[in-house]
Amino acid sequence: MAVIVQAAGLGKQVLSGGQPLTILHEVGFTVRSGESLAIVGASGSGKSTLLGLLAGLDLPSSGSVWLDGADLFALDEDGRARKRRELAGFVFQSFQLLPALTALENVMLPLELQGCRDARARASATLKQVGLSARAHHLPKHLSGGEQQRVALARAFVTRPKILFADEPTGNLDADTGAQVIDLLFEFNSAQHTTLILVTHDEALARRCTRQLRLAAGRVV
Amino acid sequence: MKLLRLSLNLLRRDWRAGEWRVLMLALVLAVGSLATVGLFADRVRQGLRQQATSLIGADLRITSTRPLSPEYRTQAEARGLRVVESRTFPSMVSARGGVVLAEILAVGSGYPLRGRIEVEGRAERLGSGELWADERLMARLGLHLGDEVALGARHFVLAARIVRDVDQSVSFASFAPRVMMDARDLAATGLLREGSRVSYRLLVAGDEVQLAAFRSALRLTHNEKLEDVRDARPEIRVALERAEHFLGLAALTAAILAGAAMALAARRYVARHLDGCAVMRCMGAQQGQLLRLFLYQFLLAGLLAVLAGCVLGYVTQALLVQALVTMRDAVLPQPGLSPALKAAASGLALLVGFALLPLLQLRRVSPLRVLRREMGVPSVSVWLGYGSAALVLGGLFVWQAGSLRLGVYVLGGLLAGLALFGGLAWALLQMLRHVSMVAWHGAIGRFVLTSVTRRGLAAVLQIVALSLGGMALLLLTLVRGDLLASWQGKLPPDTPNRFLVGVQPDQRQAVLEFFVRQKLPQPLLLPMVKGRLVAINQRAISADSYVEPRARGLVEREFNLSCADGMPAWNTLVSGRWWNSSGVDGDVGELSVEEGIAKTLGIHLGDDLTYDVAGSRFTAKVTSLRRVQWDSMRVNFFVIATPQILQAYPASYLASFHLPENRVQAGEDLVRDFPNLLLIDTGAVITQVRGIIVQISQAVSVIFLFTLAGGGVVLYAATLAVQDERAHEAAILRTLGANTGWLRRLHLGEFALLGGLAGALAAAGAVLLGWLLASRVLDIPYQPDGLIWLVGPGCGLLLLLVAGGLSTRGLLIRSPARILREV
Repeated sequence: MAVIVQAAGLGKQVLSGGQPLTILHEVGFTVRSGESLAIVGASGSGKSTLLGLLAGLDLPSSGSVWLDGADLFALDEDGRARKRRELAGFVFQSFQLLPALTALENVMLPLELQGCRDARARASATLKQVGLSARAHHLPKHLSGGEQQRVALARAFVTRPKILFADEPTGNLDADTGAQVIDLLFEFNSAQHTTLILVTHDEALARRCTRQLRLAAGRVV
Repeated sequence: MKLLRLSLNLLRRDWRAGEWRVLMLALVLAVGSLATVGLFADRVRQGLRQQATSLIGADLRITSTRPLSPEYRTQAEARGLRVVESRTFPSMVSARGGVVLAEILAVGSGYPLRGRIEVEGRAERLGSGELWADERLMARLGLHLGDEVALGARHFVLAARIVRDVDQSVSFASFAPRVMMDARDLAATGLLREGSRVSYRLLVAGDEVQLAAFRSALRLTHNEKLEDVRDARPEIRVALERAEHFLGLAALTAAILAGAAMALAARRYVARHLDGCAVMRCMGAQQGQLLRLFLYQFLLAGLLAVLAGCVLGYVTQALLVQALVTMRDAVLPQPGLSPALKAAASGLALLVGFALLPLLQLRRVSPLRVLRREMGVPSVSVWLGYGSAALVLGGLFVWQAGSLRLGVYVLGGLLAGLALFGGLAWALLQMLRHVSMVAWHGAIGRFVLTSVTRRGLAAVLQIVALSLGGMALLLLTLVRGDLLASWQGKLPPDTPNRFLVGVQPDQRQAVLEFFVRQKLPQPLLLPMVKGRLVAINQRAISADSYVEPRARGLVEREFNLSCADGMPAWNTLVSGRWWNSSGVDGDVGELSVEEGIAKTLGIHLGDDLTYDVAGSRFTAKVTSLRRVQWDSMRVNFFVIATPQILQAYPASYLASFHLPENRVQAGEDLVRDFPNLLLIDTGAVITQVRGIIVQISQAVSVIFLFTLAGGGVVLYAATLAVQDERAHEAAILRTLGANTGWLRRLHLGEFALLGGLAGALAAAGAVLLGWLLASRVLDIPYQPDGLIWLVGPGCGLLLLLVAGGLSTRGLLIRSPARILREV
């Protein structure tokens, strides 16, 4: 299978109290199309920073990331945004649904940004897949945490992304709800052959992935 | 196109969620108030203009003692203007054995071009062989309609009685009984011969642009005079201009309030859309796309709000006109489109200045925010945001006031005021922060102080916006009353209502004695000499020396010069010095010139002016410039000379005085005792000026409702501004065990502190601005009411307590978990 994500010599330093602080140090790895990779490690080990760099949300101090063969940091901000639109979907710990939009409208949004004509139909179908047809016209504040994360999953998969980035997707959910969400995530993963890259504390979730990348103090261990 | 559709969808969704409520409401109010004033003023202006045109029966009138060149008529007609000629001359009218000297007005077909002559009788149109006469002539000759009247060699039928003429009250001319006849009959009367005292007139009316072009192309000879409605009734013009300033500023206050509310609302809008933008950036939205997405939404919402504001403005001004009895009866013309367009443009400018630029921040939201919510608002220059707002407001002021200087003053004042409010608020908060560290007060007190001071910039912005709102409200409640009272005080009950003209030097004493006999206050008789300005600094001038029509007109006609030892009390010295009656040196006399005419004619302090008085010349130096209150209803002169200069010339005297309503007979006795005098009743003008003041105060009250509503929106926006943050804190405090009563006291304490501080700043601002407006713009004295220092902070505190109490009530009854999920 072809390599879809490649990181080489990835480093991130920030200034903290006037002193340089290394968050990531010389991280390098490859992920093949259809694989699922769990990035695990203790709090402050640099997991979320790595995810942000892999998705081109942040800029590294050193190193490169290639997404589907494109050097992410050779592109400008808008170029990286375009790459994300073509390739990536996201699921976040805090769901990040737009509060003024209904469940259905939240799922429609990425399609609308891509200029899809049948956004409503496709979003409805995906919402049905996550079992939330009945809640399509509810605002996020009227949904439970599990329901909000299922809407977020539908939003992430509705564009059929090649890569899905997930940051602690079960972090805000209880064990049972978290398990349901994970099941859904892997169902989409196998149905759409999506590459999964997720950050988690949840060992059970990490074990369901094909590979694990363990970080400690910004280094791969 | 797809982006536009998405914008529409997002706008609809945000609208449904109430995100646009404050912004739109503020914009509708701003446009509504500006449109109301603009449309209302436009109607009044048009109405007054129509009234003024009916005073001379045309838009323009050329008058001469010699026949006018047919060239003028040709030129006017070539521009599509309507013209009609008339001639007036004194002549004896005889009927029923009696003879009376009358002023004959012979008019061409189509007279008058503006206004309407009201007649009583069978004639609608003056026909050949017919005369119309006024009541005075009919009374003196004992005439009835249908009687035969002889005029020169021809006999006429008296066809109608003139009830109201269009051609009076501008000049002092027509005080003899008036007779109107058809100009075609003139030859048959044989009255016009060499040496007849005829005044030839050409009346012109039509399109404003063509009129202006015609006017500037005119090259009049020295015995021709151009009259324009703009020259008519300076008292009313001044009152109206002042009224427009007043109303315009009142409307702008509402607009500023709306701006402040918009700024607060936009800030909240940005804060609430940061996460959404970050998510969209993750989904691949580009910066330009995001910018356009929000730009379209703002423009669409803005256009909707502007449209609604214009409709609101139209309806309000219509109601306003209906509510003011005098205006309803006046049947004012419909307003033009331009005031509405101006209000709409101002509204869009407010939107750009106050709301759009803060939005630029959304474009720069980092997608990383989805992982790190603690990332704040991207740092787009605050100065750019608020600078743009100040610039827009300044621009609006310049536009509204029609004066760059005034606009710059106000912009400077506003910037200084904002900086002052901001600086003071910041300093007060810092002071409170130190106070909060002292342990003498209870935990709740310390918590109130720390939670206000901790909000830093957000708290400063809230205080500034509230101060601005409070200042506008105080300005329009307390200061408005003071200003209007000062203005009305300019026309006290004993304002002169009669002009006495034509007193000869040998009659002065007798006239003054008449006043003593009648137990009326002695009028101040001022000498008047007619002279033409022929040179400035020994350089000869003529109409051709000037481009501006008003200057050309002024040079072409004779000035009324006067002399006095002391400056009239109702004039103000602007520059130079008034002469010392005993210390006028040598042969060169001194002149004091009115500042407006000095500017028009390019006369400066120290210039030598040469006048031609009845063929002989004198030269004198300009030693002072005066400001004249044209609406004082007193005798005013453009040029006053030292008494020595004018001694040698024939003068007549004139005066203004107040004749009480119950002493009208004294006026008639005066004219009977001194038949050569003219007594002019200016009471109608005073009534009209007073009427304008009353109408304006009523109109201001309506505009005040807008300002009040604007203030309400600011209050709403200010309480909403940190609502999310406050809700979050409340939930955490509840989780930690704070009970409802404690939270309520905390919130109310916070609002009371904000309200009190803002109220105090608002009072200071209102007093300062009131003084500036009175002294710099409206030119009236102003003494602030001490009550403002109590009302300002007190009302600020109370209002915010109520508004804040209502807005945070929900936080106290909802469960912490629910709040935490929502924010």
